[in-house]
Order: sequence, then structure tokens, then C-alpha cells
Amino acid sequence: MEAIAGELARLRAEREELDTCIRLLESQLEAGRAGEGDVAGTGAGGGSWGGTAACPIRRRGNGFAPADGLPADMIYRYSRHLLLPDFGVEGQRKLSRSSVLVVGAGGLGSPVALYLAACGVGCLGIVDGDDVELNNLHRQIIHKEAYVGKSKVKSAADTCREINSSIKVVEYCHTLKPCNALEIVRNYDIVVDATDNLPTRYMISDCCVLLNKPLISGAALGLEGQLTVYHHNGSPCYRCLFPNPPPVAACQRCSDSGVLGVVPGVIGCLQALEAIKVATDVGEPLSGRMLLFDALSACIRIVKIRGSSTVCTVCGENSTFTQDDFQKFDYENFTQSPMSDKSAPSLDLLPESARVTCKDYKRLVDNGEPHLLLDVRPAHHFQIASVSQSLNIPLSVLEEKLQILETSLKETMDGSASDKPPSLYVVCRRGNDSQIAVQLLREKGFLSAKDIIGGLQSWAQDVDPDFPVY
Amino acid sequence: MHLTLEFGGGLELLLEKSTKVHKVDVQPNDAQGKVMMKGLLSWVKSNLIKERPEMFLKGDSVRPGVLVLINDCDWELCGGLDAELEEKDVVVFISTLHGG
Repeated sequence: MEAIAGELARLRAEREELDTCIRLLESQLEAGRAGEGDVAGTGAGGGSWGGTAACPIRRRGNGFAPADGLPADMIYRYSRHLLLPDFGVEGQRKLSRSSVLVVGAGGLGSPVALYLAACGVGCLGIVDGDDVELNNLHRQIIHKEAYVGKSKVKSAADTCREINSSIKVVEYCHTLKPCNALEIVRNYDIVVDATDNLPTRYMISDCCVLLNKPLISGAALGLEGQLTVYHHNGSPCYRCLFPNPPPVAACQRCSDSGVLGVVPGVIGCLQALEAIKVATDVGEPLSGRMLLFDALSACIRIVKIRGSSTVCTVCGENSTFTQDDFQKFDYENFTQSPMSDKSAPSLDLLPESARVTCKDYKRLVDNGEPHLLLDVRPAHHFQIASVSQSLNIPLSVLEEKLQILETSLKETMDGSASDKPPSLYVVCRRGNDSQIAVQLLREKGFLSAKDIIGGLQSWAQDVDPDFPVY
Repeated sequence: MHLTLEFGGGLELLLEKSTKVHKVDVQPNDAQGKVMMKGLLSWVKSNLIKERPEMFLKGDSVRPGVLVLINDCDWELCGGLDAELEEKDVVVFISTLHGG
């Protein structure tokens, strides 16, 4: 262990040194380019912007642009935008004067922030309270391995600045909440909802209505994505469409259900596009329409949705919802779900006598107590990793497969010296489904069934650190 | 009447083998011999939904968080439960996503 730590420290120091060298060389190169640019600029009619001779970041006019034209460095950097007849100088100018707030620097927020930085929005705000985790990197493409454990916002802002040092990037390294949302959102023209949970979605929508900001809303889960522009050109707000929150059981999370990395990538790119369209007033934004993306069937469906509702409690004609109400509103209570993708609500269904801790379970395994370990996770979870000698019957089919359990219990008894019936322990990923399973099993006569508290997550934490966490 | 019914956003998990697209033949379900959305919902509940019907319906309508689209148009713009369906209509039931 010590040797590894030493090697790590040595490599890090070496990297730091290399980084310093790189920065030094880059600035020398930059200075050299600036010198060349000056020569070209002072030559009679020598506005040559050939290849690398121009400094793309330099903010200095070349003396030839009309008074209301873009600075030369912007012309060069954004030339492919300026060549678009529908976009042109006017579009780029509007973009450079616009400010966009991206809420969430995750799977959706990554491409949104990357593209908005690259395309030259004037000011880009990024809000997120989370740190980068290794299991984010397959989809949250703005973050790099070196930033694991560090603030997502810091990581995203650094990347954006590396891409485009000419824009302003504002970092908000904390969660957006009713108490801070108004003062942050107020500073921006457009808001992008790139968050991962239901209460935050209601909150951002309400905030945008109160401050009259267009809201570019995207969502992705599994192999599907959705996108629309709320509260813009007569389009509804989130509450017009969903006045009542769905039941908690209908709220799937990426951390439970999984997500193919490129799916939020696709939706995030489209969110960046809609933000650009709204900022520049170019084209028809997706207001009053919703885009539904199904990656498996390669199907994109664009549907017409209702307009803003006159009876909406937040944006309707007779709404009495004020900024004060907003700051006091309990969004987690309203939706019965947490303002985070991570914390799954933990159940508490069973009496203490029907539960054991992972450590207790480990002890009885070590003591050779005859028992059967039933793993009730879905089969594809079981394939990821499992405790040896466990029997997998997913909770969803447990009731119809009790016979298999019966047989296995009998085999366990036959294989042991004792004539006492073996005990039955039930495990799942986090210790919720296992409780439901134990409840069901006890009802069906398996009275020895006990729940392993905290599931395999606790097993990895408290007993076997080598057990893979997912 | 021949209809295409599609389920998405996770609603397909309530159906047999999680199949998203269903080509179905539905009999008239109101007194005038028409197929109405209201009747279609109960038809779906008894013929397609295999588990947790409360994740699809609440009262006589869909549960909160489900969008219903008739021929790519929000059913609220077509009459909601009283919308009348026609031969070859495509009805989409989609649960909203919150992940990112």
C-alpha cells in the first residue's frame, strides 16, 4: 500500500511539473502568435486571417470592421456560424450578449455547457452541488478522471474555459434550492434544466415563471429522452403539464434504472441547440411541442402539447403564487422524493427480529450455520456481482417461484448435518426489496426468513471491501 | 377498430414482456357505438396491463405524470377522456422522465 501511495505521489508531482511546462510553452506560443497578428494588422490592407497566423482569443479590432461589426477575433473564431445566412453576425452578436444558466453538470449538463461555451454565449452559469464520481464519467463527458472527488462545477467550468477563454463562466458549487434560486436565476436570460430529480424540476419551473425566464428542459433515463421549452411563446410551464406529481414508485432514477451514456448526450446537445435558438431568436424553438427520443428503435417523435393553462396554480391568470411562497415551498414534501438522484428512500417494514446486520450474517457464515442466502435483485443485477452460494430469484417473480425456494431449502437441509431446518436470509442491492421479500415470504409460511440490513451496499462497506459496488 | 398503442418512459414495464408497440383491435365501447378514450383506458387496463395497474390509472383517468397523445397531439387538446378515436389512430402513453 505504502509503495503505491509513494508511486502515486511521485507521478502526481511529475504531472504537475509537466503541466507547468505545458502552460509555459503555451503562453510563449500565444505571445508569438499575437506578435504575428500585429504585423498583419498594421500592413496596408493586410487583413490576412490565413490559418494559424491569427490569434483566436485576442480581442482587438483589425481596423476594417464596420463600427457595429464583431471584433476580429470573434469573426475568426465563429466564422462558421457567421457563414450561416440564417444565423450570421446578428445571431452571433445576440449569443455573445446572452447569459444562460445550466442547472446540473451531469449527463445532460455536460454537452449543454460544452456547446454553449464553445459557441460563445456571453455568460455561462453552472450550478451543481455534487462532486465528480468515477461512475459519472461514462456519460458526463465534461469531466475528466483527474477531477474525480472534486466539484462538478469546478470541473465543468475549467473545461469550458479551456475550450473558450473569451466567455464568462460563473461557478455555483452548491445545490439550487428555493432559498437561493431566485437570486441566481435572476441574473440570466435563459435557464437550462439539466437536473436529475423531480422536486428540482418543479422548483426550477416555478422559479422561471416567477422571473419570466424561458426554460429549456431535458430529461433522460435508460434508453429514452424527452425535451421541451417551457414558459416561452405561450408554452406551458411544468405545472401546467403536470399539476400533480406522479407517485413515488413511478420516479425511476439513473442510479437505479441505469442510463446509456449517449442518451443524455443526445438530449443535452438538443438542449444546447434550443438555448441557442431562444437566445438568438433564430428558428422555431420547441415551445408547445415535446420531443420524445427512443434510442432502441432510433425513433424521434415530436408531439404537440397543451398551451399554458389559465388555471395553473403558478403561471395561470389567477395565480397567487409569489416569490415569498416559492422560497417557503417544500418541493421534497410536495413530490415525496428527495432533491437528489442518489438517496433512495429506505424502507422500514420489518420488526427487528426479522433483520440482521451484514456483520451478524458474516459471523453465522463463519460459524457454519446451515442457511440459504436468497438474492432478490433482478437477474441482470445478479450478473454484475453476487455473493457466492446465493440463490437468485428476483422479487418481481418471487411469489410464483416459491417452489424453487422450497426445493433449495430442502437441499440445504439434506446437505447439512443438522436436522434443524436451515434459516433463510434475503439480500438485495440496498436493503429495500429484501424487506418486501421477507414480508412476502413470512406471509407465505417461510417464517425463518430474515432481511440483511442495507443489502450488498452495506456488505461491501462493512464486511467485504472487495465486493464490487455499482 | 384498429389502433396502434405505444407505451414509453417506463410504462412498458407494466406490459407483457415490456413490449412498447401494440397493434390492437378494439370494439366500440360507448352507447353510440364509438371508441372513446375513456373506454380505451379500461380496455388497456383489462387487456394489456399485467402488473401494478395503479402505475397506469388513477380514478378513471391516467395517473399523474403520464402524457397521452392521440396522433402525436396532447389528448388535452382533443377532448381528453371524451376524445373519440378513429380507425388507425395512434395513441401514445408516456411517463415523464426526471433523470439526467
